[in-house]
Amino acid sequence: MDLSFNAEERAFQDEVRGFIAKNLTEEMKRATALTPSVFSDPDIGMAWQRALHAQGWGAPGWPVEYGGPDWTPAQRWIFETECARAGVPNVNVMGVKMVGPVIIGFGSPEQKNFYLPRILSGEDYWCQGYSEPGSGSDLSSLKTRAVRDGDDYIINGTKIWTTHAHHANRMFALVRTSDGPRQQDGISFILIDMKTPGITTRPILTIGGDHEVNQVFFDDVRVPVANRVGEEGKGWTYGKYLLEFERGSGIASAKLREGLKAIADLAESDLTGPAIDSSDIAARISEVEVDIDALEMTELRVLSALQTGQNPGAVSSILKLRNSEIRQAVTRLGADVIGHDALAVEPMRPLYKLNNEPAMPEEMLTVMPEYLNGRAYTIFGGTSEIQRDIIAKMMLGI
Amino acid sequence: MDLNLSDEQKLLRESAERFVAESYDAAHRRKMANDPLGFSPDVWKQFAELGWLALPLPEEFGGLGGGPVEIGILMEAFGRGLVSEPYVATAVLGAALIARCGTTLQKQVSLPKVADGSLKLAFAHSERAARFDLAKVTTGANKTAQGWRLDGNKVAVLDGHAADEIIVSAHIHDHRGPSGRIGLFLVQATTPGVGISDYPRLGGGRACNIELCDAHLPEDALLGDGSDALPAIEWAVDRAMAALGAEAVGIMQTLLDTTLEYTKIRKQFGRPLSANQVIRHRLADMAMQVDEARSMALRAALKVDAAPIERARAASGAKAKIGKCARFVGEQSIQLHGGMGVTEELEVGAYFKRLVAFDTLFGGSAHHYARHAQLGRTA
Repeated sequence: MDLSFNAEERAFQDEVRGFIAKNLTEEMKRATALTPSVFSDPDIGMAWQRALHAQGWGAPGWPVEYGGPDWTPAQRWIFETECARAGVPNVNVMGVKMVGPVIIGFGSPEQKNFYLPRILSGEDYWCQGYSEPGSGSDLSSLKTRAVRDGDDYIINGTKIWTTHAHHANRMFALVRTSDGPRQQDGISFILIDMKTPGITTRPILTIGGDHEVNQVFFDDVRVPVANRVGEEGKGWTYGKYLLEFERGSGIASAKLREGLKAIADLAESDLTGPAIDSSDIAARISEVEVDIDALEMTELRVLSALQTGQNPGAVSSILKLRNSEIRQAVTRLGADVIGHDALAVEPMRPLYKLNNEPAMPEEMLTVMPEYLNGRAYTIFGGTSEIQRDIIAKMMLGI
Repeated sequence: MDLNLSDEQKLLRESAERFVAESYDAAHRRKMANDPLGFSPDVWKQFAELGWLALPLPEEFGGLGGGPVEIGILMEAFGRGLVSEPYVATAVLGAALIARCGTTLQKQVSLPKVADGSLKLAFAHSERAARFDLAKVTTGANKTAQGWRLDGNKVAVLDGHAADEIIVSAHIHDHRGPSGRIGLFLVQATTPGVGISDYPRLGGGRACNIELCDAHLPEDALLGDGSDALPAIEWAVDRAMAALGAEAVGIMQTLLDTTLEYTKIRKQFGRPLSANQVIRHRLADMAMQVDEARSMALRAALKVDAAPIERARAASGAKAKIGKCARFVGEQSIQLHGGMGVTEELEVGAYFKRLVAFDTLFGGSAHHYARHAQLGRTA
């Protein structure tokens, strides 16, 4: 057993660091640091996607024949860790990490040829049409309906919590094409051009003051049958496949560590007192750091299993659950560390384009919005309660 | 980067698990709980024959040169059966201090005897007023014409009653007065002036308090050259905490397995307990915490030989986190067993008590989060 990386892997680490140093601009870095929502704005995120694509690193998890870099699990770990350390923008994960793998796994040759290069290059920006107002955790009860009409489907219904629907030119969605004996039957996975007539988008502001999610309405929206991925009625299988990717991309600890570091830096700064002189704050920082250590070790154990072709099992639910809980713990700590400044609200967005003098030091601007928006971590991608159900069923057999 | 077990490590795990499953049942544990020695000399002999006592020792002194991961594999298996033999006191703490601090001669004399099972050790360091501060020692060692004179009181000495030799820490006073150095002294248990009062230890095995009153030791009782032993003590305790963490993981796994089984069998309101979501989620949390504890024990083991601050932070982090997980898993195991969980009729309580003992040994979670934080600021 060994925690250290070998010479080849260290050389790769240097390569990644070199790439980041060359391509990550100060503007991107600052914008990322001042983004209190989960995703970077597209102007920042897609600039980074283009740089990655130019390097051949546009889609780390894809097979090499579709433009993936053919990295080992250890290389992916190193890449994600270095990106987190450097504070690079988030790319459009709904494209690269969600719909991409589904198209690769189940799409037609035409779909692969058309969509995959556009995800890699950043030409397309994707959003995810899964949840509906009546279908949250019980996702397969979804009611948005696609009715066959010649070579088209006509779609009616609504999707909600659609991250960046207001930026996206494409959506992948789960829609009901028939009613089967089980509610999971009759669901199809469909790709929708957001400019199609009949689609309207309503912004939803979250409690941290950010516009990240939306509700999307479909009124007689005509989508070619050719845009369906895989078989009609098998969408639930593809959708679940995607959710596993969403939960178990498996490399979250590095980002958590950077988030905690930002809070610890604030705690050590005179701006907060320093807050760390309180033994309670100091011990809580350690408590969260240790939780991150544990998550990192679990990730590395999974990685080791993957390297030797073993199946790590239902651990992706554990990773998702702990990641979301620790992220919330970091933001909760942040809210306590900044003390009086937790009362101040800066309503302008984006924060990195702020013109006026903010009510608090810039380092603190994201702390409260992150705490407030961060309540969503244990809700999206399957609530913590759903994850516990999965752990009980898959790991414990009850 | 590779966290998979090697084939040899897998074999070690299999043989340890098999040994524990075959030799350590409820009847054996009950017998040991009322035994004045608290463990079985026959089992100790088997440990020696299986090579487990030699496992952590350096090869040049009759050992097998096993590392902290191998010790962790053994300890996890010991945890599953609540093994009460003085393995940590002898093979992890005692032997490690001799291997690190002792002169070549001292190592040649002692370590092969540890390996063959003929020498049991204990480490007497903690003092009541120091609580869990390893640097605080008031026991004194005064230089005499013939050697050393020790005076002081030690508490919570693991397995001290069974030890042939006890390693005692004391402040060295030489002919110039207090030296500011802590020395380690190899004390024969039969030395006049050494008073051992032992008691049953929470969760199995025994511990003792030791009163040293005008205890005269020969010159060569001092381990090594008399340079300050505090760094070695911190190193050895960090190692022991990593090993105990692995043992706690084994204990927690057994509690989880037992509790899970029980909730499937026990029926109330016409259905098994495990059909209730509140129970399923509790068990999911327990499983998750066992897994986190496993990650932390492994992490502490893999960092045992890192630079002192990194090692100590890993050890304290693991001790704090595993302690927290252990309390949760232990307390919830009792809760889910209902009234029976609070009785001596089930073994759940015995496993729980060993976890509480783990959390207490060398300082609880609060102490180790604070140490972790303190070390982080000096780093």
